[in-house]
Amino acid sequence: MIDAVVVSRRAVLAGSGALVFSFSSAGRLLAQQNVPPLSAASPAPALPSSLNKTPLLDSWIRIDADGSITVFTGKAELGQGINTALIQIAAEQLDADFDQIKLQTADTALTPNEGYTAGSHSMQDSGTAVMNAAAQVRQLLIAEAATRAGMAADQMKTQHAAVLAPDGRRFGYGELVSAQLLHVEAAPHSPLKDPSQFKIMNRRIPRVDIPAKMTGGAAFVQDLRPNGMVHARIVRPPSYGAQLVSVDDAAVQKMPGVLKVVRDGSFLAVIAEREFQAIEAMRALAAAARWRETAKLPDQSALPAFLTSLPAQDITVLSQQSSAFAKQSFSATYTRPYLSHGSIGPSCAVAQFDDDALTVWTHTQGVFPDRDAIAEMLHMPKEKVRCIHSEGAGCYGHNGADDAAADAALLARAMPGRPVRVQWTREQEHAWEPYGPAMAVKVTAALDAAGQVANWDYGVWSNTHSTRPGSAGSLLAARYLAERFPEPAPKPIPMPEGGGDRNSIPLYKIPHIRVIYHFLPDMPVRVSALRALGGYMNVFAIESFMDELAVSAGADPVAFRLKHLDDPRAREVVSTAAERFGWTNNPHAGQTGRGQGFAFARYKNLAAYCAIACEVEVDRETGRARMVRAVAAVDSGQAVNPDGIANQIEGAILQSMSWTLYESVTFDDTRITSVDWSTYPILRFSAVPESMEIHLINRPGMPFLGTGEAGQGPAAAAIANAIASATGKRFRDLPITRARIKAAIGA
Amino acid sequence: MKLNVNNAQHDIDVDPRSPLLYVLREDLRLNAAKFGCGLGQCGACTVLVDGEPVFSCVTPVALLADKKITTLEGLGTIEDPAPIQRAFIEGQAAQCGYCIPGIIMRAHALLQKNPRASEAEIRATLEPHLCRCGTHMRILRAIHRAQAMLMSASAGGGR
Repeated sequence: MIDAVVVSRRAVLAGSGALVFSFSSAGRLLAQQNVPPLSAASPAPALPSSLNKTPLLDSWIRIDADGSITVFTGKAELGQGINTALIQIAAEQLDADFDQIKLQTADTALTPNEGYTAGSHSMQDSGTAVMNAAAQVRQLLIAEAATRAGMAADQMKTQHAAVLAPDGRRFGYGELVSAQLLHVEAAPHSPLKDPSQFKIMNRRIPRVDIPAKMTGGAAFVQDLRPNGMVHARIVRPPSYGAQLVSVDDAAVQKMPGVLKVVRDGSFLAVIAEREFQAIEAMRALAAAARWRETAKLPDQSALPAFLTSLPAQDITVLSQQSSAFAKQSFSATYTRPYLSHGSIGPSCAVAQFDDDALTVWTHTQGVFPDRDAIAEMLHMPKEKVRCIHSEGAGCYGHNGADDAAADAALLARAMPGRPVRVQWTREQEHAWEPYGPAMAVKVTAALDAAGQVANWDYGVWSNTHSTRPGSAGSLLAARYLAERFPEPAPKPIPMPEGGGDRNSIPLYKIPHIRVIYHFLPDMPVRVSALRALGGYMNVFAIESFMDELAVSAGADPVAFRLKHLDDPRAREVVSTAAERFGWTNNPHAGQTGRGQGFAFARYKNLAAYCAIACEVEVDRETGRARMVRAVAAVDSGQAVNPDGIANQIEGAILQSMSWTLYESVTFDDTRITSVDWSTYPILRFSAVPESMEIHLINRPGMPFLGTGEAGQGPAAAAIANAIASATGKRFRDLPITRARIKAAIGA
Repeated sequence: MKLNVNNAQHDIDVDPRSPLLYVLREDLRLNAAKFGCGLGQCGACTVLVDGEPVFSCVTPVALLADKKITTLEGLGTIEDPAPIQRAFIEGQAAQCGYCIPGIIMRAHALLQKNPRASEAEIRATLEPHLCRCGTHMRILRAIHRAQAMLMSASAGGGR
């Protein structure tokens, strides 16, 4: 913990003479002592997280003369509670009250560009930036007050957004700021508070967005109703790549309220005064449209064979040789299907085109990349396009949000002066969202005489896990316009975060290990980022296989994992989850109908640690598996809102359970056939466990570790391991449906 | 036609075939009932008609002329939430929150009839509702919290 003060701003500032601080504090470690002296030639030292790209403090924190404080973030609220956590961080480090702070989230006209709100990065990127910026702003305010009071800065105290001098004088933050006070670049080190002094961070502060959502407040993009707004619906093609051959829209043009039918190539839409009129017109237009389709989807019943037969670009993720001697060798193949994000609210956007400028309200995860893609599609300068984040239903990755924004942008341009609201149908969201890719894993391992894993050979086959915007071709509509924007060539996401290879390296110490990512550029089915990316599948495979190896070694699965783990934080979540669960040795009883399973991972091998133990019961008559109880232990570094972390892990466990037991996208040779909740069933209340406990291991002063996706993989493997324990059978193909269980146990 | 929503009479000019959901959202500018599927499969649009939960996305407004419609807005306000809304707020029983208004409406209808509904009855009642964030444990806890509030209110004679 650096309990120190900033003694100088960055070289660029010192050079300009704008603002140079000197400050002495005997006996304190000066942050700058750890940093080599700056000169014009030396590169500036790295700033914390997102401050690197956006170093000016007033890009993050604005204090007005009336004392109001606004914090800016390039990240967006997705239902993960980020707004509340960021306000907590800012209030704590500024010494302001929680409710004195307003938060401005992702808006291309107002906030820093922090890319996507994805990858469990919000706390790590924006949280760290806001924390450091707030601490530095507080220090600037103290220095300013000290100057005005003619006293030393270290005699000043801060509270309730004011600096207090020892003689009782009080300087409100609003009176201290002048035009340029905060218009300075951040320093590499910040006078962060000692976590033992925290009053707002690491507290269960109720989320700021929940009361409005529980009482019918306008909370979502769907709730926007700007004056003059009109309603649009899209008529999407019946299948990937289908071409619009003809459409006789004469009758539709005459329908009540219809303002315009828009056709551009194979992009077809209708705009009406009222919503139900737009829906009726969409139906009529769909009935009048003639399409040319191509059968090009793979055989769904043989997906793993199809995936492993595709041309692959092989990437060596890890290769570590040793001369370890192995006694017995084991192999297994694991698979997962395409999975739908399945947002409860289908994608929606509102756009307005006025005087050559476009504004889009969107629930995209990345206002800046979405803005760039839309500008390219419309041949507009970026400065003329503004994307404003407005909440949607939970997305869990790249769903139809960006595409709906593009639809709205195209239609707003076709109807200048009037805000156009585009609402996708349930069937459109299910059929057109980019799914989480199907994957296959083949793993071989060997145990030595001591029952230790000596060899590990692991291959994972997958498409890319990101086809997010940035360029126009990533937008669905743009691929169907007369001026067709081709889909960009897919690229693997590089390690250490990885895409299909995310979490493909086990954290366990294994002397001889090889991990290959067979990256598959051909994408017959539209895919992109789904919560945890490849981490869900790789952790499912690794943690299932570790269980199988433990059985082979005659070892308890928890003890077996601990025997292979050095990282003390990893060991602590494993031990904590096992203890709190009441883990009993050797659960591989088999055929009792009730079993316990365990799994662990550190998300991306660099974010939050999560271990989960669960109990599952299997109905032998029906094959139905149900998770009865789950206990998780999580280490997210310094906790900001412990209840927010618990909420994320609870949700991850239940969502992952739904993926693991029920879900797969279905298709024939031409069309997606899972197009609603009856053809794509998910978790319902009858399957919800009886109890769930989340145990948080707080790490005061340690870096924030992203948590939103940390539970996904461990939950899947813990369930699979519990089913193996309950039935004596191992299930390696997801989802572990009741039909598969019934077939295997042959009841 | 005339429509009674949240104890107020509204005169609306609308296609009688229009599902109630669009009338609530567009004509009455109410936010709580959500479009989720338009198929009666997810529960996000649930409102009460004469105290009974219905999927407003598939209920034509023509059928509702003499009925009493209640939406989440009719239970309480952000300043003065009803006990079940307070229970959800205090229990932080939401992630994205999109599905919650529909769930609250059906749970409210259940508790009006049977404040002592068992855990099994609550789960069975909520079966038509989907939550994709996985907030189910908190939702169930919030309903139990609401039950406790209703009990103590009826015991103490309060709201």
